[in-house]
Amino acid sequence: MESPGIILAFFALSGVTVASALLVFLARNLLHALAFLVLSFLGMAGLFLTLSADFIGVAQVLIYAGSISVLMVFAVMLTPLASRNNGSTLYVIPAMLAAGGLASLIGFVAIDTEWDERKGEALGASDFTTTVAGIGDLLLGRYLLAFEVASVLLLFALLGAIVLVQERRRAGEEA
Amino acid sequence: MPPIPAIEDLSITLAHYLGLAGTVFAIGTAITLSKRNAVAVLMGVELMLNAVNLTVLAFSRFSAAFEEGGSAPLDGHVFVVFVLTVAAAEAAVALAMAVLVYRRRETVDLDRVNLMRG
Repeated sequence: MESPGIILAFFALSGVTVASALLVFLARNLLHALAFLVLSFLGMAGLFLTLSADFIGVAQVLIYAGSISVLMVFAVMLTPLASRNNGSTLYVIPAMLAAGGLASLIGFVAIDTEWDERKGEALGASDFTTTVAGIGDLLLGRYLLAFEVASVLLLFALLGAIVLVQERRRAGEEA
Repeated sequence: MPPIPAIEDLSITLAHYLGLAGTVFAIGTAITLSKRNAVAVLMGVELMLNAVNLTVLAFSRFSAAFEEGGSAPLDGHVFVVFVLTVAAAEAAVALAMAVLVYRRRETVDLDRVNLMRG
């Protein structure tokens, strides 16, 4: 990861991701927070691309920035009388202390550990041209069982969401 | 005067990605712990899941197994695919529950949703 393009892309994308994640925390209006969340997801997709993960980057844009954010917009719109402000509870100071401690702990471990990582020429040479074929082979080969279980999980999540939200008629109210 | 380092010398290492992922995870934790609205809490959870995905992909990219024909080159990517799947299912069910709570109580304020039934 030594080409100037990757270095600039990393710092620009990480700036966008962290700044918009902070704005999700700070925004007053819930819908503005949602918009910043989408921006953060897009920055994260760009970071995935710098890690040579093209399939995951595209899936991130489709699933997170596309469908999960639309679901959240629906949830906000379907609760019209609930307050739209992005207010905090009384625990905001302890939460920020916990988050600061967590970030410094993870950062310290990340910097202090001697990671057994690839560097320089070897790292650049191991880039994939595309990861899609490899991921498809693994999903339908070694991880076939997990793939099928995931499909069952999605089916039950779909059914569960429908059953939870449907309007029930009370007994005696039948038309 | 010491020479200004060329941009080629500032190479990105695994620690850069891990520090970034830790920062995003911590912001997600703060949002999850401190927000009042159930949808905002879910936003924090999604940010945390995203940070974990970044960690997994970074470890995968910088490991010696990552190359075409390597021993296990794309297992981290497959793991991230499953995390994305479970995150989508979890978001759908959680938002359905938020709408359900709103229908019963006319609020999604987590401070005011404090009964097991009713």
